[in-house]
Amino acid sequence: MTTLLTLAVLVLIAIAIWQLTKIFELSQLKTAKYQIATDSDNKNNGYMLFAFLVFIYGITIFSFWKYGKFLLPEAGSAHGEEYDSLMLVSFIIIFIVQTITQALLHYFGYKYAGKEGQKALFYADNDRLEFIWTIIPVIVLAGLILWGLYTWTAIMDVNDEDDPLIVELYAQQFNWTARYGGSDNVLGGSNVRMIDIDKANVLGLDEADTYAHDDVIVKELHLPVGRKVNFKMRSQDVLHSAYMPHFRAQMNCVPGMITEFSFTPIYTTEEMRANPDVMDKVKRTNKIRAEKAASTGEPLDPWQFDYILLCNKICGKSHYNMQMKIIVETEEEYNEWMKGKSTFAETVMKDESNIEAHSLSAVSFEK
Amino acid sequence: MSATAHANVDDHAHDDHGHHHKETFVTKYIFSQDHKMIAKQYFITGVLVMGFIGIAMSLLFRMQLAWPGESFPIFETLLGKWAPGGVMDADIYLALVTMHGTIMVFFVLTQGLSGTFSNLLIPLQIGARDMASGFLNMVSFWMFFVSSVIMVISLFVEAGPAAAGWTIYPPLSALPLAQPGSGMGMTLWLVSMAIFIASSLIGSLNYIVTVINLRTKGMSMTRLPLTIWAFFVTAIIGVVSFPVLLSAALLLIMDRSFGTSFFLSDIFIQGEVLHYQGGSPVLFEHLFWFLGHPEVYIVLLPALGITSEVMSTNARKPIFGYRAMIASILAIAFLSTIVWGHHMFVSGMNPFLGSVFTFTTLLIAIPSAVKAFNYITTLWKGNLQLNPAMLFSIGLVSTFITGGLTGIVLGDSTLDINVHDTYFVVAHFHLVMGISALYGLFAGVYHWFPKMFEGKLMNKNLGYVHFWVTAVCAYGVFFPMHFVGMAGVPRRYYENTAFPMFDELTDIQVLMTVFAIIAAAAQLVFVANFLYSMFYGKVGPKNPWKSNTLEWTTDQKHIHGNWDGPIPEVHRWAYDYSKVYENGEYIISGQDYVPQHIPLQENEEEMNH
Repeated sequence: MTTLLTLAVLVLIAIAIWQLTKIFELSQLKTAKYQIATDSDNKNNGYMLFAFLVFIYGITIFSFWKYGKFLLPEAGSAHGEEYDSLMLVSFIIIFIVQTITQALLHYFGYKYAGKEGQKALFYADNDRLEFIWTIIPVIVLAGLILWGLYTWTAIMDVNDEDDPLIVELYAQQFNWTARYGGSDNVLGGSNVRMIDIDKANVLGLDEADTYAHDDVIVKELHLPVGRKVNFKMRSQDVLHSAYMPHFRAQMNCVPGMITEFSFTPIYTTEEMRANPDVMDKVKRTNKIRAEKAASTGEPLDPWQFDYILLCNKICGKSHYNMQMKIIVETEEEYNEWMKGKSTFAETVMKDESNIEAHSLSAVSFEK
Repeated sequence: MSATAHANVDDHAHDDHGHHHKETFVTKYIFSQDHKMIAKQYFITGVLVMGFIGIAMSLLFRMQLAWPGESFPIFETLLGKWAPGGVMDADIYLALVTMHGTIMVFFVLTQGLSGTFSNLLIPLQIGARDMASGFLNMVSFWMFFVSSVIMVISLFVEAGPAAAGWTIYPPLSALPLAQPGSGMGMTLWLVSMAIFIASSLIGSLNYIVTVINLRTKGMSMTRLPLTIWAFFVTAIIGVVSFPVLLSAALLLIMDRSFGTSFFLSDIFIQGEVLHYQGGSPVLFEHLFWFLGHPEVYIVLLPALGITSEVMSTNARKPIFGYRAMIASILAIAFLSTIVWGHHMFVSGMNPFLGSVFTFTTLLIAIPSAVKAFNYITTLWKGNLQLNPAMLFSIGLVSTFITGGLTGIVLGDSTLDINVHDTYFVVAHFHLVMGISALYGLFAGVYHWFPKMFEGKLMNKNLGYVHFWVTAVCAYGVFFPMHFVGMAGVPRRYYENTAFPMFDELTDIQVLMTVFAIIAAAAQLVFVANFLYSMFYGKVGPKNPWKSNTLEWTTDQKHIHGNWDGPIPEVHRWAYDYSKVYENGEYIISGQDYVPQHIPLQENEEEMNH
């Protein structure tokens, strides 16, 4: 059905273009001596340029009106607020420049469309004008650069101040795993060469490293609200990218390397679900899902908002479905959840008889 | 050998090489050493054939994005086993995206664009009988041809073509275990690109030498048309940066086939630990983008050069700020080689490097802004002849501004964090380099078609249809795409149905795909116009656009050596349009332009040399 419709649309377009050409051709029979623009071509296309300016403004307004609400909701992280203001200011500048320059470009195209006998102005240079439009971008960009760099330095400064929670994000084709440092909040050493699938040591933790014993490995990321989180990212196979759009956070996961990112979540998942923009979005989405379920006959669960971690670096066949749910909750809820989790020693190492014997060689690859 | 042939350029003129030297079909149409024929060969191979494949691929994956998981008979026809029951497979989706990028960036917009117009215009506009080395020029084209053939062959291998994205980041591209496309498909990709780079280098060196050495008498560097400046600087950037891609490709070949560990380390895949140790994928990213970013300007500068020339001619005004334009080209070229890190803000490289690259990247906005303002001022108080070429030039400035402005967001390391690798990036670079460069290409074809096909002109009405449909659709596809990116949708996702938060964006995807299909249909109008005019086009006047540059002083009929008599001497810059005496009379009465070979008239002041 869709194919048929598409084909029909294509045929109609083809006919429309053919007709359009014919009209053009007929209307210009007398003047079409050569294929060079005549006065009437100039006039018509001048009008078209003006119409095109209206079109550009139109599609801008249309997109904002129709799609503006699809943009990500308010940032869920502390640095995200700064990020959003910088983004807003950048966009205001962009739209001012866009509106003015497109207007000038297309208006001049319309205003000065060629006419027989019209004399163009020989105007080759104006140092002052050129100076002005060099210096204005310089000033504006200098401001943006400074603000951007200031924010960037603050965001990328991953440090141990304020007792951050240490979490490892571990990427592989095509899923995510998270590892907490446990009661000591220190991640144990690890290497892909220590991966032991038979023993379910899938992250390659060093059993000889005592820091690893209390590490907690989970498939759903829980974060306490208001506490800084330092992420250490690893990948075991190809490049992945840990993308957490609601927190304005992203960092690639690189095999052979540990990369870092840090942010402080400021709204719990519950609080975010109560955000009016998010509520609207959920309502719209569930309406679409219900309609889709009704038309295809396959049931689709209603959706409720959750923070999400996506893979944002092409990583193979199932790249499009490599995700992990993130739950931001209160400190108490987080502690409660954590209490129910088993440590590395309790799960993978439980068969080992003499863990302590290894502890002599406890070398932490990462503190 | 050609060097000696050109040392006595002047005698060359008198012995009338082209007339009593009988050429066979093979030497004229296949192994031709004539720059005009080579230009056409580039255009047909690079733009018509490879461009067709590249755009067709984009339609396939756009359909998948708009109607995910839907069955289309055309998928089964074209993709065969990769679309069982007409439903596109996820692996082939990535392969299509990868090959679309590779073909469009390298084959269509690098060699297709530069190869066509540098070859056609450099000798004609600087007043040379041919390129410095006609033989190397021929070799360059045939290497390009071979690399195109290999790239096309790679589409048909058992495990599918390369599918790691056009940036082929290892380890994904290095390990056949990671995805099927990284087997034979990737090997062929690398072989093809290695030959491509050699072709590009030979071509570029030839362009550089020709521009430096073979300018006719009086054609100082500051009298060169801006097209030539753009081609010249583009060739220099190519020579500086393409070898680095070659080294990256060679090291990747070593990692893939000979067990080295340049880019690979600590890998556990499909149940086994691989032996690689100590390499870094980030190193590959540095090497790739050391070419990859200048590449953007290799694509764009020729288009801007063409626009400068076409716009000035059709506005009947000198290009505004000729020297500022040259300075901008040089500044862009220089800066383009030190901004590559802005593709890597979140790659894991040192954040301090990110700061440096933010600084250099936003600096590049300054010469770009100067160029945009200069174009706009060139239109002001002109007598605009709105030929299709002129419309495409104006369209280029429009998309260059729209696409370029969002670069302020992407070039800022902070803001890049959340839009990196989303559809926002896709929208940005398609507008600023993809569409803009294509517009430059089209402007060039409409404008210089008479120089390619002995005076024939393309049908202007089909040209208008082509432009207006394309212009509307380009914005229709890529403007809404920014919103998809700002909603957080990553690029290179086979479908977005795995995330309910993207459900409401499906409508935009459908809209974009419909616009894309219409836009592609409009390109068929162009192809039809091109082919029809090539055979049946009406021959126009010798200088149809009343242009100043030297190519319009040659005979319409192609001859070997370009000028029947001696090469004209140049007495002025290329932009004396509508120049008047103090009393308001044109320099040559009744004619609003003064070609470059016309000597200065009495009482006439020379502008800009």
